Amino acid sequence: MPSLGIEVLFKGTNFLRLLGGLWVAVRISLISVAISIVLGIAVGMLMTAKRKLLKAVFRIYLEIVRIMPQMVLLFVVYFGTTRVFGWNLNAETAAILVFSFWGTTEMGDLVRGALQSIPAIQHESAQALGMNPLQVYVSVILPQTVRRIIPLSINLITRMVKTTSLVVMIGIVEVLKVAQQIIEANRRVAPNAAFGVFAVVFLLYFLICWPISRLAGYLEKRWS
Amino acid sequence: MAETYLEIRNLYKTFSAKNGSVEALKGVSLSIGKGEIFGVIGLSGAGKSTLVRCMNLLERPDSGDVLLNGESLLALNKEQLRLRRQKIGMIFQHFNLLEQQTVLENVCFPLEIRGIPKKERREKALALLEKVGLAEKAKAYPSQLSGGQKQRVAIARVLANEPDILLCDEATSALDPETTQTILRLLKTIRDSLGITIVVITHEMRVIQQVATRVAVLDGGSVQEEGSVVEIFDHPKSRAAKRLLLIADEEEESYAG
Repeated sequence: MPSLGIEVLFKGTNFLRLLGGLWVAVRISLISVAISIVLGIAVGMLMTAKRKLLKAVFRIYLEIVRIMPQMVLLFVVYFGTTRVFGWNLNAETAAILVFSFWGTTEMGDLVRGALQSIPAIQHESAQALGMNPLQVYVSVILPQTVRRIIPLSINLITRMVKTTSLVVMIGIVEVLKVAQQIIEANRRVAPNAAFGVFAVVFLLYFLICWPISRLAGYLEKRWS
Repeated sequence: MAETYLEIRNLYKTFSAKNGSVEALKGVSLSIGKGEIFGVIGLSGAGKSTLVRCMNLLERPDSGDVLLNGESLLALNKEQLRLRRQKIGMIFQHFNLLEQQTVLENVCFPLEIRGIPKKERREKALALLEKVGLAEKAKAYPSQLSGGQKQRVAIARVLANEPDILLCDEATSALDPETTQTILRLLKTIRDSLGITIVVITHEMRVIQQVATRVAVLDGGSVQEEGSVVEIFDHPKSRAAKRLLLIADEEEESYAG
Protein backbone atom coordinates (compact mmCIF):
# COMPACT_ATOMS: atom_id res chain seq x y z
CA MET A 1 0.00 0.00 0.00
CA PRO A 2 1.48 3.38 -0.98
CA SER A 3 2.22 5.89 1.75
CA LEU A 4 -0.66 8.27 2.40
CA GLY A 5 1.68 10.92 3.64
CA ILE A 6 -0.14 11.38 6.91
CA GLU A 7 3.16 11.04 8.75
CA VAL A 8 4.07 14.64 7.82
CA LEU A 9 1.48 15.80 10.28
CA PHE A 10 3.52 14.32 13.10
CA LYS A 11 6.63 16.24 12.17
CA GLY A 12 7.41 19.16 14.42
CA THR A 13 4.34 21.21 15.28
CA ASN A 14 2.54 20.49 12.03
CA PHE A 15 -0.57 18.99 13.59
CA LEU A 16 -0.85 21.81 16.09
CA ARG A 17 -0.55 24.29 13.23
CA LEU A 18 -3.34 22.49 11.45
CA LEU A 19 -5.52 22.70 14.54
CA GLY A 20 -4.61 26.37 14.82
CA GLY A 21 -5.86 26.81 11.26
CA LEU A 22 -9.03 24.97 12.14
CA TRP A 23 -9.60 27.35 15.02
CA VAL A 24 -9.38 30.30 12.63
CA ALA A 25 -12.10 28.72 10.47
CA VAL A 26 -14.25 27.88 13.48
CA ARG A 27 -13.80 31.34 14.98
CA ILE A 28 -14.94 33.03 11.77
CA SER A 29 -17.97 30.72 11.60
CA LEU A 30 -18.91 31.10 15.25
CA ILE A 31 -18.81 34.88 15.19
CA SER A 32 -20.73 35.00 11.89
CA VAL A 33 -23.31 32.51 13.12
CA ALA A 34 -23.87 34.45 16.35
CA ILE A 35 -24.34 37.72 14.45
CA SER A 36 -26.58 36.02 11.88
CA ILE A 37 -28.88 34.54 14.51
CA VAL A 38 -29.41 37.80 16.35
CA LEU A 39 -29.83 39.95 13.25
CA GLY A 40 -31.71 37.19 11.43
CA ILE A 41 -34.41 37.04 14.09
CA ALA A 42 -34.88 40.79 13.84
CA VAL A 43 -34.94 40.69 10.04
CA GLY A 44 -37.37 37.77 10.07
CA MET A 45 -39.74 39.68 12.34
CA LEU A 46 -39.50 42.73 10.09
CA MET A 47 -40.18 40.57 7.04
CA THR A 48 -43.56 39.56 8.48
CA ALA A 49 -44.49 43.22 8.93
CA LYS A 50 -47.27 44.49 6.74
CA ARG A 51 -45.26 47.33 5.21
CA LYS A 52 -44.84 46.69 1.52
CA LEU A 53 -41.67 48.77 1.06
CA LEU A 54 -39.91 47.00 3.93
CA LYS A 55 -40.90 43.64 2.49
CA ALA A 56 -39.61 44.56 -0.95
CA VAL A 57 -36.26 45.72 0.44
CA PHE A 58 -35.71 42.46 2.29
CA ARG A 59 -36.89 40.46 -0.69
CA ILE A 60 -34.24 42.08 -2.88
CA TYR A 61 -31.61 41.62 -0.18
CA LEU A 62 -32.45 37.91 0.03
CA GLU A 63 -32.36 37.45 -3.72
CA ILE A 64 -28.99 39.18 -4.05
CA VAL A 65 -27.46 36.99 -1.38
CA ARG A 66 -28.95 33.83 -2.87
CA ILE A 67 -27.83 34.56 -6.41
CA MET A 68 -24.35 35.86 -5.60
CA PRO A 69 -21.72 33.18 -4.95
CA GLN A 70 -20.19 33.72 -1.53
CA MET A 71 -16.74 33.91 -3.08
CA VAL A 72 -17.71 36.79 -5.31
CA LEU A 73 -19.17 38.52 -2.28
CA LEU A 74 -15.88 38.01 -0.44
CA PHE A 75 -13.95 39.49 -3.35
CA VAL A 76 -16.27 42.45 -3.66
CA VAL A 77 -15.94 43.27 0.02
CA TYR A 78 -12.26 42.52 0.53
CA PHE A 79 -10.71 43.64 -2.75
CA GLY A 80 -13.45 45.93 -4.04
CA THR A 81 -14.80 48.04 -1.22
CA THR A 82 -11.37 48.56 0.36
CA ARG A 83 -10.24 50.21 -2.87
CA VAL A 84 -13.32 52.22 -3.57
CA PHE A 85 -13.93 53.48 -0.05
CA GLY A 86 -10.29 53.43 0.96
CA TRP A 87 -10.93 51.78 4.29
CA ASN A 88 -8.66 49.33 5.94
CA LEU A 89 -10.38 46.02 6.36
CA ASN A 90 -8.48 42.98 7.50
CA ALA A 91 -9.34 39.72 5.80
CA GLU A 92 -10.97 38.14 8.82
CA THR A 93 -13.27 41.10 9.38
CA ALA A 94 -14.19 41.05 5.70
CA ALA A 95 -14.99 37.35 5.96
CA ILE A 96 -17.16 37.87 9.05
CA LEU A 97 -18.96 40.71 7.32
CA VAL A 98 -19.71 38.60 4.28
CA PHE A 99 -20.77 35.53 6.21
CA SER A 100 -22.99 37.56 8.52
CA PHE A 101 -24.51 39.35 5.54
CA TRP A 102 -25.33 35.98 4.05
CA GLY A 103 -26.36 34.27 7.29
CA THR A 104 -28.61 37.13 8.40
CA THR A 105 -30.77 37.00 5.33
CA GLU A 106 -31.00 33.20 5.27
CA MET A 107 -31.78 33.13 8.97
CA GLY A 108 -34.26 35.96 8.47
CA ASP A 109 -36.05 33.98 5.81
CA LEU A 110 -36.23 30.93 8.11
CA VAL A 111 -37.65 33.05 10.92
CA ARG A 112 -40.15 34.66 8.55
CA GLY A 113 -41.29 31.26 7.31
CA ALA A 114 -41.64 29.91 10.84
CA LEU A 115 -43.54 32.96 12.08
CA GLN A 116 -45.94 32.81 9.17
CA SER A 117 -46.50 29.09 9.63
CA ILE A 118 -48.00 29.74 13.08
CA PRO A 119 -51.76 29.69 12.41
CA ALA A 120 -53.67 32.92 12.98
CA ILE A 121 -55.87 31.06 15.46
CA GLN A 122 -52.88 30.89 17.82
CA HIS A 123 -52.83 34.68 17.94
CA GLU A 124 -56.60 34.74 18.34
CA SER A 125 -56.83 32.23 21.16
CA ALA A 126 -54.06 34.02 23.03
CA GLN A 127 -55.87 37.33 22.59
CA ALA A 128 -59.09 35.72 23.70
CA LEU A 129 -57.35 34.83 26.97
CA GLY A 130 -56.78 38.54 27.45
CA MET A 131 -53.08 38.72 26.64
CA ASN A 132 -51.41 41.86 25.32
CA PRO A 133 -49.51 41.74 22.01
CA LEU A 134 -46.11 41.42 23.72
CA GLN A 135 -47.32 38.52 25.89
CA VAL A 136 -48.79 36.82 22.84
CA TYR A 137 -45.47 37.11 21.05
CA VAL A 138 -43.24 36.08 23.92
CA SER A 139 -45.36 33.32 25.48
CA VAL A 140 -47.18 31.82 22.53
CA ILE A 141 -45.68 32.66 19.16
CA LEU A 142 -41.92 32.70 19.83
CA PRO A 143 -41.70 29.34 21.65
CA GLN A 144 -43.44 27.67 18.73
CA THR A 145 -41.28 29.52 16.23
CA VAL A 146 -38.05 28.56 17.96
CA ARG A 147 -38.94 24.90 17.78
CA ARG A 148 -39.51 25.21 14.08
CA ILE A 149 -36.36 27.13 13.25
CA ILE A 150 -33.77 25.32 15.36
CA PRO A 151 -33.46 22.24 13.11
CA LEU A 152 -33.39 24.46 10.01
CA SER A 153 -30.93 26.95 11.41
CA ILE A 154 -28.57 24.18 12.45
CA ASN A 155 -28.49 23.15 8.83
CA LEU A 156 -27.58 26.73 7.95
CA ILE A 157 -24.83 26.74 10.58
CA THR A 158 -23.15 23.64 9.15
CA ARG A 159 -23.34 25.18 5.69
CA MET A 160 -21.67 28.31 7.02
CA VAL A 161 -18.90 26.33 8.73
CA LYS A 162 -18.22 24.47 5.49
CA THR A 163 -18.22 27.59 3.39
CA THR A 164 -15.58 29.30 5.54
CA SER A 165 -13.03 27.26 3.57
CA LEU A 166 -13.48 29.92 0.87
CA VAL A 167 -11.68 32.52 2.97
CA VAL A 168 -8.43 31.00 1.76
CA MET A 169 -9.08 33.00 -1.37
CA ILE A 170 -8.68 36.32 0.42
CA GLY A 171 -5.48 35.20 2.07
CA ILE A 172 -6.66 34.02 5.46
CA VAL A 173 -4.47 31.25 6.78
CA GLU A 174 -7.05 28.80 8.00
CA VAL A 175 -7.04 25.02 8.15
CA LEU A 176 -7.03 24.49 4.39
CA LYS A 177 -4.20 26.95 3.83
CA VAL A 178 -2.11 25.44 6.63
CA ALA A 179 -2.68 22.00 5.12
CA GLN A 180 -1.48 23.32 1.77
CA GLN A 181 1.64 24.83 3.37
CA ILE A 182 2.46 21.56 5.11
CA ILE A 183 2.04 19.63 1.87
CA GLU A 184 4.17 22.08 -0.08
CA ALA A 185 6.96 22.04 2.48
CA ASN A 186 7.16 18.26 2.35
CA ARG A 187 6.66 17.76 -1.35
CA ARG A 188 9.97 16.00 -1.77
CA VAL A 189 9.95 13.74 1.28
CA ALA A 190 6.25 12.90 1.18
CA PRO A 191 4.83 13.39 -2.32
CA ASN A 192 1.59 11.70 -1.34
CA ALA A 193 0.88 14.05 1.56
CA ALA A 194 -1.79 15.89 -0.45
CA PHE A 195 -4.03 12.91 -0.01
CA GLY A 196 -3.35 12.21 3.65
CA VAL A 197 -3.35 15.79 4.87
CA PHE A 198 -6.45 16.87 2.98
CA ALA A 199 -8.16 13.71 4.18
CA VAL A 200 -7.38 14.78 7.73
CA VAL A 201 -8.80 18.24 6.97
CA PHE A 202 -11.94 16.56 5.70
CA LEU A 203 -12.09 14.54 8.90
CA LEU A 204 -11.68 17.68 11.02
CA TYR A 205 -14.57 19.40 9.23
CA PHE A 206 -16.58 16.25 9.67
CA LEU A 207 -15.85 16.18 13.40
CA ILE A 208 -17.15 19.72 13.71
CA CYS A 209 -20.21 19.51 11.48
CA TRP A 210 -21.40 16.02 12.29
CA PRO A 211 -22.28 16.63 15.96
CA ILE A 212 -24.10 19.80 14.90
CA SER A 213 -26.19 18.00 12.33
CA ARG A 214 -26.83 15.12 14.75
CA LEU A 215 -28.15 17.68 17.20
CA ALA A 216 -30.57 18.90 14.52
CA GLY A 217 -31.80 15.35 13.98
CA TYR A 218 -32.18 14.79 17.69
CA LEU A 219 -34.15 18.00 18.25
CA GLU A 220 -36.36 17.28 15.26
CA LYS A 221 -37.24 13.88 16.65
CA ARG A 222 -37.77 15.11 20.18
CA TRP A 223 -40.07 17.92 19.15
CA SER A 224 -42.12 16.23 16.48
CA MET B 1 -85.76 34.79 29.22
CA ALA B 2 -83.79 36.20 32.13
CA GLU B 3 -82.27 39.68 31.92
CA THR B 4 -80.19 40.24 28.79
CA TYR B 5 -76.47 39.68 29.26
CA LEU B 6 -75.07 39.85 25.74
CA GLU B 7 -76.69 42.09 23.22
CA ILE B 8 -75.69 42.18 19.57
CA ARG B 9 -77.04 45.19 17.73
CA ASN B 10 -77.28 45.30 13.98
CA LEU B 11 -73.79 44.00 13.16
CA TYR B 12 -72.35 44.42 9.69
CA LYS B 13 -69.02 43.07 8.57
CA THR B 14 -67.57 42.90 5.09
CA PHE B 15 -64.27 41.28 4.17
CA SER B 16 -62.48 42.42 1.09
CA ALA B 17 -60.84 39.58 -0.79
CA LYS B 18 -58.91 39.49 -4.05
CA ASN B 19 -61.98 38.61 -6.08
CA GLY B 20 -64.49 41.04 -4.68
CA SER B 21 -65.77 41.48 -1.16
CA VAL B 22 -67.68 39.09 1.06
CA GLU B 23 -70.47 40.31 3.27
CA ALA B 24 -70.08 38.04 6.27
CA LEU B 25 -72.65 39.74 8.50
CA LYS B 26 -75.63 41.71 7.24
CA GLY B 27 -77.37 43.29 10.17
CA VAL B 28 -77.33 40.63 12.87
CA SER B 29 -79.09 41.40 16.14
CA LEU B 30 -79.39 39.02 19.09
CA SER B 31 -80.20 39.16 22.77
CA ILE B 32 -78.76 36.47 24.97
CA GLY B 33 -79.96 36.11 28.54
CA LYS B 34 -77.83 35.75 31.65
CA GLY B 35 -77.02 32.13 32.45
CA GLU B 36 -78.59 30.97 29.24
CA ILE B 37 -77.07 28.46 26.81
CA PHE B 38 -77.69 30.02 23.46
CA GLY B 39 -77.03 28.25 20.16
CA VAL B 40 -76.07 29.78 16.84
CA ILE B 41 -76.38 27.34 13.98
CA GLY B 42 -75.56 27.66 10.33
CA LEU B 43 -73.75 25.90 7.52
CA SER B 44 -70.20 26.88 6.66
CA GLY B 45 -70.08 30.34 5.18
CA ALA B 46 -73.19 31.43 7.05
CA GLY B 47 -71.14 33.94 9.06
CA LYS B 48 -71.17 32.22 12.44
CA SER B 49 -67.42 32.33 12.94
CA THR B 50 -67.38 36.03 12.17
CA LEU B 51 -70.31 36.56 14.51
CA VAL B 52 -68.64 34.80 17.43
CA ARG B 53 -65.38 36.66 16.76
CA CYS B 54 -67.28 39.90 16.95
CA MET B 55 -68.54 38.91 20.40
CA ASN B 56 -65.07 39.43 21.87
CA LEU B 57 -63.87 41.77 19.14
CA LEU B 58 -61.24 39.45 17.72
CA GLU B 59 -63.01 40.78 14.66
CA ARG B 60 -64.19 44.38 14.64
CA PRO B 61 -67.59 44.86 13.03
CA ASP B 62 -67.93 47.60 10.40
CA SER B 63 -71.01 48.89 12.17
CA GLY B 64 -73.35 47.88 14.96
CA ASP B 65 -72.58 47.34 18.61
CA VAL B 66 -71.76 44.55 21.06
CA LEU B 67 -73.00 45.11 24.60
CA LEU B 68 -71.96 42.92 27.50
CA ASN B 69 -73.99 43.55 30.61
CA GLY B 70 -75.06 46.84 29.08
CA GLU B 71 -71.50 47.96 28.41
CA SER B 72 -70.34 48.51 24.82
CA LEU B 73 -67.18 46.61 23.93
CA LEU B 74 -66.55 48.93 21.01
CA ALA B 75 -66.27 51.88 23.38
CA LEU B 76 -63.37 50.30 25.27
CA ASN B 77 -59.76 51.20 24.59
CA LYS B 78 -57.17 48.51 23.88
CA GLU B 79 -56.14 47.92 27.47
CA GLN B 80 -59.72 47.93 28.79
CA LEU B 81 -60.69 45.49 26.04
CA ARG B 82 -57.78 43.20 26.93
CA LEU B 83 -58.89 43.09 30.55
CA ARG B 84 -62.53 42.64 29.58
CA ARG B 85 -61.57 39.74 27.33
CA GLN B 86 -60.23 37.84 30.32
CA LYS B 87 -63.84 37.57 31.43
CA ILE B 88 -65.03 36.44 28.01
CA GLY B 89 -63.89 32.85 27.70
CA MET B 90 -63.53 31.26 24.30
CA ILE B 91 -62.90 27.67 23.27
CA PHE B 92 -62.07 26.49 19.78
CA GLN B 93 -62.49 23.57 17.43
CA HIS B 94 -58.81 22.64 17.61
CA PHE B 95 -58.36 23.44 21.30
CA ASN B 96 -55.19 25.54 20.79
CA LEU B 97 -53.32 24.26 23.81
CA LEU B 98 -49.62 24.95 24.23
CA GLU B 99 -48.22 21.65 22.99
CA GLN B 100 -44.85 21.97 24.70
CA GLN B 101 -46.38 22.49 28.13
CA THR B 102 -48.08 20.04 30.44
CA VAL B 103 -51.81 20.02 31.09
CA LEU B 104 -51.25 21.72 34.44
CA GLU B 105 -49.02 24.41 32.92
CA ASN B 106 -51.63 25.05 30.25
CA VAL B 107 -54.28 25.70 32.88
CA CYS B 108 -51.85 27.81 34.93
CA PHE B 109 -51.01 29.89 31.86
CA PRO B 110 -53.77 32.52 32.01
CA LEU B 111 -53.18 32.85 35.75
CA GLU B 112 -49.49 33.42 35.13
CA ILE B 113 -50.38 36.13 32.63
CA ARG B 114 -52.45 37.79 35.33
CA GLY B 115 -49.50 37.64 37.70
CA ILE B 116 -50.97 35.28 40.26
CA PRO B 117 -48.32 33.69 42.55
CA LYS B 118 -47.12 30.23 41.64
CA LYS B 119 -48.49 28.31 44.58
CA GLU B 120 -51.91 29.86 44.28
CA ARG B 121 -52.20 29.23 40.56
CA ARG B 122 -51.16 25.61 40.95
CA GLU B 123 -53.86 25.03 43.54
CA LYS B 124 -56.44 26.76 41.42
CA ALA B 125 -55.44 24.90 38.27
CA LEU B 126 -55.59 21.55 40.04
CA ALA B 127 -59.06 22.35 41.34
CA LEU B 128 -60.17 23.22 37.82
CA LEU B 129 -58.72 20.03 36.41
CA GLU B 130 -60.64 18.20 39.11
CA LYS B 131 -63.78 19.96 37.97
CA VAL B 132 -63.36 18.86 34.34
CA GLY B 133 -62.41 15.34 35.45
CA LEU B 134 -58.78 15.37 34.37
CA ALA B 135 -56.87 15.74 37.63
CA GLU B 136 -54.90 12.56 37.01
CA LYS B 137 -53.60 13.94 33.69
CA ALA B 138 -52.05 17.06 35.20
CA LYS B 139 -48.52 16.04 34.28
CA ALA B 140 -49.35 14.73 30.79
CA TYR B 141 -48.65 16.64 27.60
CA PRO B 142 -51.48 17.53 25.20
CA SER B 143 -50.11 15.11 22.58
CA GLN B 144 -50.83 12.26 25.00
CA LEU B 145 -54.51 13.17 25.31
CA SER B 146 -57.58 12.37 23.23
CA GLY B 147 -59.53 15.15 21.53
CA GLY B 148 -62.19 15.18 24.22
CA GLN B 149 -59.56 15.38 26.94
CA LYS B 150 -57.83 18.25 25.16
CA GLN B 151 -61.09 20.16 25.01
CA ARG B 152 -61.54 19.57 28.75
CA VAL B 153 -58.12 21.09 29.35
CA ALA B 154 -59.09 24.05 27.17
CA ILE B 155 -62.27 24.45 29.23
CA ALA B 156 -60.31 24.30 32.50
CA ARG B 157 -57.90 26.87 31.11
CA VAL B 158 -60.66 29.24 30.10
CA LEU B 159 -62.37 28.87 33.50
CA ALA B 160 -59.14 29.89 35.22
CA ASN B 161 -59.97 33.48 34.28
CA GLU B 162 -63.42 33.13 35.92
CA PRO B 163 -65.28 34.29 32.83
CA ASP B 164 -68.89 35.37 33.02
CA ILE B 165 -69.54 34.29 29.45
CA LEU B 166 -68.14 31.40 27.44
CA LEU B 167 -68.02 31.41 23.64
CA CYS B 168 -67.72 27.98 22.03
CA ASP B 169 -66.62 28.19 18.41
CA GLU B 170 -67.36 24.76 16.87
CA ALA B 171 -65.94 23.36 20.09
CA THR B 172 -67.19 19.84 19.46
CA SER B 173 -66.80 19.70 15.69
CA ALA B 174 -63.51 17.80 15.82
CA LEU B 175 -64.93 15.21 18.24
CA ASP B 176 -66.86 11.99 17.76
CA PRO B 177 -70.57 11.93 18.75
CA GLU B 178 -69.99 10.26 22.09
CA THR B 179 -67.21 12.61 23.15
CA THR B 180 -69.33 15.50 21.94
CA GLN B 181 -72.04 14.44 24.39
CA THR B 182 -69.67 14.35 27.34
CA ILE B 183 -68.30 17.79 26.49
CA LEU B 184 -71.82 19.20 26.15
CA ARG B 185 -72.77 17.68 29.49
CA LEU B 186 -69.71 19.33 31.00
CA LEU B 187 -70.78 22.69 29.57
CA LYS B 188 -74.21 22.26 31.15
CA THR B 189 -72.67 21.39 34.51
CA ILE B 190 -70.50 24.49 34.30
CA ARG B 191 -73.48 26.68 33.53
CA ASP B 192 -75.44 25.18 36.40
CA SER B 193 -72.65 25.48 38.95
CA LEU B 194 -71.17 28.82 37.91
CA GLY B 195 -74.17 30.49 36.34
CA ILE B 196 -72.20 31.73 33.35
CA THR B 197 -73.73 32.49 29.97
CA ILE B 198 -72.71 30.14 27.17
CA VAL B 199 -72.89 30.76 23.43
CA VAL B 200 -72.52 27.64 21.31
CA ILE B 201 -71.64 28.06 17.64
CA THR B 202 -72.09 24.93 15.58
CA HIS B 203 -73.20 23.45 12.28
CA GLU B 204 -74.73 20.41 13.97
CA MET B 205 -78.37 20.31 15.01
CA ARG B 206 -77.58 17.51 17.45
CA VAL B 207 -75.39 19.85 19.47
CA ILE B 208 -78.08 22.52 19.66
CA GLN B 209 -80.72 19.97 20.58
CA GLN B 210 -78.66 18.62 23.40
CA VAL B 211 -77.39 21.73 25.06
CA ALA B 212 -79.16 24.92 24.04
CA THR B 213 -82.42 26.42 25.23
CA ARG B 214 -82.72 29.01 22.51
CA VAL B 215 -81.22 29.12 19.05
CA ALA B 216 -80.65 31.48 16.15
CA VAL B 217 -80.41 30.09 12.63
CA LEU B 218 -77.84 31.99 10.61
CA ASP B 219 -77.67 31.93 6.85
CA GLY B 220 -76.08 34.25 4.33
CA GLY B 221 -74.93 36.59 7.08
CA SER B 222 -78.29 37.23 8.69
CA VAL B 223 -80.54 35.61 11.27
CA GLN B 224 -83.24 33.62 9.47
CA GLU B 225 -85.07 32.44 12.52
CA GLU B 226 -84.74 32.70 16.26
CA GLY B 227 -86.59 31.03 19.10
CA SER B 228 -86.71 28.17 21.56
CA VAL B 229 -85.00 25.00 20.42
CA VAL B 230 -88.18 22.97 20.82
CA GLU B 231 -90.14 25.41 18.68
CA ILE B 232 -87.62 25.43 15.83
CA PHE B 233 -87.27 21.67 15.87
CA ASP B 234 -91.00 21.14 15.76
CA HIS B 235 -92.04 23.98 13.48
CA PRO B 236 -89.14 25.30 11.44
CA LYS B 237 -90.29 28.29 9.43
CA SER B 238 -87.23 29.39 7.48
CA ARG B 239 -85.70 27.47 4.60
CA ALA B 240 -82.34 27.45 6.32
CA ALA B 241 -83.78 25.80 9.45
CA LYS B 242 -85.60 23.18 7.39
CA ARG B 243 -82.43 22.39 5.48
CA LEU B 244 -80.39 22.01 8.67
CA LEU B 245 -83.02 19.67 10.10
CA LEU B 246 -82.99 17.64 6.92
CA ILE B 247 -79.22 17.26 7.13
CA ALA B 248 -79.54 16.20 10.75
CA ASP B 249 -82.15 13.58 9.80
CA GLU B 250 -79.96 12.19 7.06
CA GLU B 251 -77.08 11.89 9.46
CA GLU B 252 -79.31 10.18 11.96
CA GLU B 253 -80.32 7.65 9.35
CA SER B 254 -76.79 6.99 8.24
CA TYR B 255 -75.85 6.27 11.84
CA ALA B 256 -78.79 3.95 12.23
CA GLY B 257 -78.12 2.24 8.92
